[in-house]
Amino acid sequence: MAEPRRADRIRPAIVELTLVRLREFVREPEAMFWVFGFPLLLALGLGIAFRNRPPESVRIGVLQSAPAEVASSLDSAAGLTAERLADDSAGARALRNADVALVVAPAADGGIEYRFDPSRPDARAARQLADDAVQRGAGRRDPLAVQEATISERGSRYIDFFIPGLLGLNLMGSGVWSIGFAVVTARKQKLLKRLVATPMSRAQYLMSFLLSRLFFLVLEVGALVGFGVLVFDVPLRGSLGTLAVVCLVAALTFSAIGLLVSSRARTVEAVSGLANLVMLPMWIFSGVFFSSANFPQAIQPFIQALPLTATVDALREVMLRGAPLTSVAGELVLLAAWLVVPFVVALKVFRWR
Amino acid sequence: MATASPLTRALVVRGLRKRYDDVVAVNGLDLEVFPGECFGLLGPNGAGKTTTIEICEGLTAPDEGDVVVLGRTWAESGRDLRERLGIQLQETQLAEKLTVLETLQLFRSFYTHGRPVDDVIALVSLEEKRRARVSALSGGQKQRLALGCALVGDPELVFLDEPTTGLDPQARRQVWELVEQLKAGGRTIVLTTHYMEEAERLCDRVAIVDHGRVMALDTPRRLVAGLGADQIVFFSVAEDAVSRLTPDALEAVGSAAGATHPARATDGGWELAVAATHEAIPALLAELERRSLPLAELRTHLPTLEDVFVSLTGRALRDG
Repeated sequence: MAEPRRADRIRPAIVELTLVRLREFVREPEAMFWVFGFPLLLALGLGIAFRNRPPESVRIGVLQSAPAEVASSLDSAAGLTAERLADDSAGARALRNADVALVVAPAADGGIEYRFDPSRPDARAARQLADDAVQRGAGRRDPLAVQEATISERGSRYIDFFIPGLLGLNLMGSGVWSIGFAVVTARKQKLLKRLVATPMSRAQYLMSFLLSRLFFLVLEVGALVGFGVLVFDVPLRGSLGTLAVVCLVAALTFSAIGLLVSSRARTVEAVSGLANLVMLPMWIFSGVFFSSANFPQAIQPFIQALPLTATVDALREVMLRGAPLTSVAGELVLLAAWLVVPFVVALKVFRWR
Repeated sequence: MATASPLTRALVVRGLRKRYDDVVAVNGLDLEVFPGECFGLLGPNGAGKTTTIEICEGLTAPDEGDVVVLGRTWAESGRDLRERLGIQLQETQLAEKLTVLETLQLFRSFYTHGRPVDDVIALVSLEEKRRARVSALSGGQKQRLALGCALVGDPELVFLDEPTTGLDPQARRQVWELVEQLKAGGRTIVLTTHYMEEAERLCDRVAIVDHGRVMALDTPRRLVAGLGADQIVFFSVAEDAVSRLTPDALEAVGSAAGATHPARATDGGWELAVAATHEAIPALLAELERRSLPLAELRTHLPTLEDVFVSLTGRALRDG
């Protein structure tokens, strides 16, 4: 049997509307960059900046006039480097410029003198380390033998904290921006007015935005989580299914918020301002870049009610601590409320002309 | 109230009023459109044409008055009417990134019954642009696509709001041919325009609209005949004589020529609608001669809807 010609096949309106969203998006290279390229670059940049480095050697200044064995004791100690300095003024200059954390000078009684600024934490640590090295070099024996073991636990690094935050941020940003711009552009071009002059269902038109987000969701989450796991070895301790449910609910929630933000605006400028107004508090308070626990107790109820806080908390629970779906039920219920209320309000107040 | 039978009237408008803030857009407007006719609303920009047609399309609610479309009201059967109407709005820009085919498939998906998309593409002569994006179409092609979107639901009644505004003459003629095809297919068409040539060529009946009211309503031929003028005579006098052509002098010149309406200033001269050209021109020349007003230019044209509009309102259509 011959395949019917493509144009003769009539797909349901909701399918056609969703296809329009997908086509418009993939035919807009800039949008592709902001949704996929930008978060990956941000993750890469911050991942490199906050990568776990071996501790740097602490530099200790030693005046030429100090006993010779001081410098050699410092050099032979792990994590310390001795810097020979000609005289008092060279020592003062090195301290002032923070070239060295501490200067060792000879004392009048044949001993030595530590010169440092006690308000600098690294100077106080340097005093402790330098003194241990000098005293051991001079023959001190510690009564108790000590061994050191250093660890760097996956899941406790900054990049582990940051990737789920960035994922939440991206779900919010792409939901609000992509829908905001698409709706306002269609309104400005009087395309919305033209569409409501047909028998098209208005609810289906709005639904098509939510559905189209689901397609991109798979790509967005896959790219960012895959990048974190492959490049920075970020743990993914929870099940993929749980992660998918959290991302799905969050994406729908931010799409509904995007629809509400764009429900009245007539210009791109207006919708940009409104979107920033809605998203800025969440950028700051929701614990994307640093823990939201840093904010005062008084505003914690407000912070906990934000949809991005719920998203980021749930993502961290699932990715870093392997939480099952039941443990993030509270966050999901909060997100569902942020999904239903804005969608219903958007449908009611939406400006179609 | 609509008293007309739904079988004999495709559209009935009674006592329509619409006010925006401090502007009265439609001020007591009545219309009847018969099935199968092409009906034109002719008037300058701001006359209330678009507001009227958008109220008929169910996109704007009137402050007062009744609208019965295909025997139904918007309040009772809006959804059913949407299925049966084809609408082209004045300023719609279709999605730039979709192709012609995709755009028509989208609009087709909204209607329960309709025409095959390929038939519509052929109807609006866009076969070669089937897979071209909207952004790559010319102004005329975009307008034909917009008409295609209005026709894809196989409508009984088609509303076209200024279908050729902003198009070059060739693109305009293509749209006219398309509308003539629709007329031949027996569809009822209601269009607005401020081009009198368009109304004269396409419309079976024309309502001349100004300040939200119908000033005259008839066939183009009868509207023009109603002027009682055989020709429109345009004349101008030498520049140094213009100041001597006082209103009194102008009236005397007009009555000498047997003008059916007072002279109207236009284009650096005056226009007189005259009943008998062969008598009017010698009389006009004699009167100017008598008053020592040297003639600079003289021409005549057959009266048009433009002249009807001028005689009704004292303004030209394009003065807005």
